[in-house]
Amino acid sequence: MDLRFTPAETAFRDEVRQFFRTEIPQAIRDRVSAGRHPTKQDIVTAQRILNARGWAVPHWPREWGGQDWTPVQRYIFTEEMQSEAVPPPLPFGVQMVGPVIAAFGTDAQKQRFLPRIANIDDWWCQGFSEPGAGSDLASLKTRAERDGDHYVVNGQKTWTTLAQYADWIFLLARTDPGVKKQEGISFLLADMTTPGITVRPIVTIDGNREVNEVFFDDVRVPAENLVGQENKGWDYAKFLLGNERSGIARIGVSKERLRRIKRLAAEVPAGDGVLWDDPDFRKRVADVEIELKALEMTQLRVVAADSKRTDRKPDPMSSILKIKGSELQQATTELLMRVVGPYALPYVPDDEDDDGRLSNALPAGPEWASTVAPLYFNTRKVSIYGGSNEIQRNIIAKAILGL
Amino acid sequence: MDFDLSDEQRLLQDSVGRLIDDHYGDFSHRQAYAREPHGFSPRLWATYADLGLLGLPFPEDQGGSGGGPVETMIVMEAFGRGLVLEPYLASVILGGGFLRAGAHGGIVPHVIDGSARLAFAHLERQARYDLHDVATTARRDGADWVITGDKSVVLHGDSATHLVVSARTSGHRRDPAGLTLFLVDATVEGVSRHFYPTQDGLRAAEIAFDNVRVTDAAIIGDPDTAAPLIDSVVDTALAALCAEAVGAMAALQALTVEYLKQRRQFGTSIGSFQVLQHRAVDMLVAVEQARSMAMYAAMMATEPDPQTRRAAIAGAKVQVNRSARLVGQEAIQLHGGIGMTMEYKAGHYFKRLAMIETLFGDTEHHLRTVAASL
Repeated sequence: MDLRFTPAETAFRDEVRQFFRTEIPQAIRDRVSAGRHPTKQDIVTAQRILNARGWAVPHWPREWGGQDWTPVQRYIFTEEMQSEAVPPPLPFGVQMVGPVIAAFGTDAQKQRFLPRIANIDDWWCQGFSEPGAGSDLASLKTRAERDGDHYVVNGQKTWTTLAQYADWIFLLARTDPGVKKQEGISFLLADMTTPGITVRPIVTIDGNREVNEVFFDDVRVPAENLVGQENKGWDYAKFLLGNERSGIARIGVSKERLRRIKRLAAEVPAGDGVLWDDPDFRKRVADVEIELKALEMTQLRVVAADSKRTDRKPDPMSSILKIKGSELQQATTELLMRVVGPYALPYVPDDEDDDGRLSNALPAGPEWASTVAPLYFNTRKVSIYGGSNEIQRNIIAKAILGL
Repeated sequence: MDFDLSDEQRLLQDSVGRLIDDHYGDFSHRQAYAREPHGFSPRLWATYADLGLLGLPFPEDQGGSGGGPVETMIVMEAFGRGLVLEPYLASVILGGGFLRAGAHGGIVPHVIDGSARLAFAHLERQARYDLHDVATTARRDGADWVITGDKSVVLHGDSATHLVVSARTSGHRRDPAGLTLFLVDATVEGVSRHFYPTQDGLRAAEIAFDNVRVTDAAIIGDPDTAAPLIDSVVDTALAALCAEAVGAMAALQALTVEYLKQRRQFGTSIGSFQVLQHRAVDMLVAVEQARSMAMYAAMMATEPDPQTRRAAIAGAKVQVNRSARLVGQEAIQLHGGIGMTMEYKAGHYFKRLAMIETLFGDTEHHLRTVAASL
C-alpha cells in the first residue's frame, strides 16, 4: 500500500497542470475562479483547446479520441482541471450522450455525432427531467409515437441546462405506455431546430438563466436518431447516470474554492486585523479541509477499486462521493458567505433588467463580493441534481447495506 | 498510488482476523478475559507473542519483523473489531515506540516475547492534551537521577513491568525543551500505583513517583530533548487508534444493519423504513470517511517533517472522532433499548469509541492544531 502518487503520476499531474495554466486563457479561469458562470464562448474556447491536445474526451474509447489513461490519471486530470478553474468540456456532450452513443449507437451515429461532440461543434442538452418526473424519473410522460420513418414527440422536459444554446437534445420518451414504466422508454436524439420545439428559460434564485423548460409539440424525429433499441432507453439512462455520478464529487472545485477563501479572508478586515486571524473562522475552514481530504482519499479508493472492475456497472460507493461532495461544495459557499460578511447584500442587476431605476451605483464592497450570495444560492442545487442526495441514500441502502 | 496490501500484509490481515474471530468472536469470551487479574487474557497475550505480533513494529536488528504503520493499521483494525483488551497499544505501540530508536536493546526481546510489558507514564492532572506540560521532575543527585511527580491515567500502567516516564530536567512546566524520558522498572522503591478499570473495560493507573532513583542508563535518547520523540510516538499511537476506531465502528455499523434487518415492528423489519435506512447510510458514509483518514494517517505517520505530520495526524483524528461519535450514537439509537444494555455488544463498541475520542486529544484539540497549520 502506497497512497502517494508514483513519479509517473506526479509527472502527469505536472504536465496537465502546466497545460491548463499556459494554454487556457487566464481571463476564462479568473471568471470561473470568481464564481461567475463561464460564457458560452468560454466553454467552447476551452473545450477546443483541450480537443486540439486530445484531452476533451479522454474517457471515451480510443478510436473516438479517448486516451488509454488509468483511472488514477483520469482522476488527476479532472481534479487538476477543477483546481485550475478550467471550464470543463460540456458535460451533456462529453460525459453524458457521448459515452451512450459510443456504447450503444450505430456506426452512422458514432461517425456523425462523436467528433462534433468532442470539438463542441454541436451543443448538446439533456432532456430527462419532467415536471412530474424528478427523482422518479421513470414515470416520465413525454411520448414518442412511431409514424413511418419518424417518431412524433409530444411532451415537456424541464431543468434543461443551457438549452438556450443547444443544437441537439437527447431525450427519454415513452414509446410503449402499456408496460412497466421502466420498460417502455426510448432514448432519442433531436435537432433543436426541428419545428415544434420551444425553449423557455427558468430564472433560478441566483438570478441566473441556466435552466429551461423545453416543450415538444408534434416534433418529428427521424427513426435513425433512436439510440440502441426501442424501449431499452432506461438501461442507457442508468448507464449515463452512473457515469455522471462518478465525477460529481468535484473535489478540485472545493479545493480551489478553499484556497480562494483563505486568500480573501486574509484581506477582509475584522476587529483590529483580518478575518483570517479569527480562530473560530479558521477552525471552520479546518473542518471543511479535513472532510475534503477524507473525501479525496475515499474518491481515490473508489478510483483504485474501479481500475480492477471488469463490469461496467456504476460502483454504489460513488453515491457516497455524490453525497459528501455536494455537502462540501455547499459548505465552501457558506464559508464564502462568512468571508464576504455584510457585502453579501448588494445586488448587481443584469443590464437587461435595469434601465437605471434599480441602481445608479457601482458594485458596493470588494469587487468579488457580488457573486458570493448568488453562488451560495445556486449551489443548493448540487444536493438535488444528478439524483438527489436522498436518492443516493436509497441506492446505498439497497445496493450496499441490503436493506 | 496503490491501495493494495502486499502478499505478506494480506497474510497478516488474514491471520490476525482469524485470531480475533476465534478468541473475541463470542462476546462472552471478552467478558471472561476482563475478569482475569489484569483485565486481559495472559494466554492470548502469549499467543500474540507466538504469532510475532508483539515484535511487529520493531526493526529486524532488534528481533522484530520491521513492520510499518500499515502493518500496525491492519492489527489495530482487527483489534478494534474484537474490542481487544490486551495492552497492545500501551506496550507495543507506545512503549515500543520509544525503544525502537535503539536504546535499551536489552529489554526489547522481553517486550517481543511478552514477558515485559511497557506503559507510558506521561499524562499529568494539569496537562489535559498538552504533550509538553510536565511538572514531574528528575533532578541530578551525584551520578543518579531522582524522579518525583504524579502521573495520571497511565494506560495499562497497573500491570506494566516497566514504565516509560517523562520528567522535566530543565525549563518551566510547559516548555517543550527540558523534557527527558526514563525507562523505570515499575516495581522499584518509590513507585506506587493505584489501579482501576476504565469506562471501556480496559485498565489504567495513577502512578506516583516519590524520589525514585535511577541512573543515566535509564535515559531514553538524550536528556532535555525528548519532546520531538514524544510527539512522534504519540502520532504513531494516534494513527493506530484511528485504525482501531475504524475497526470498531465498521463492526458496529455492520451489527446495526444486521439488527435493522432482523428486528420486526409494525409487522415488518424496521430496516424497511426509509428514515432508518438513511440514518444507516449516514453511518456507512462516516465509517468510509474515517477509514480513508485512518489510511492517510498510516501514510503520514512516517512523514519526516514534524509540522506536516502533526497536522495530518490531527486531521485524521478529527475525522475519526466525528465519525466515531456519529456511528456510536446512531448505533445505540437504531438499536433502541437493547443498545443500552451491558450484555449486548453494541454499547461496548460505543463506549470504546467514546474513550478513543478523548485519547491523546479530543476533536477540538486536534481541530485547533489543523487550524493553526493552515
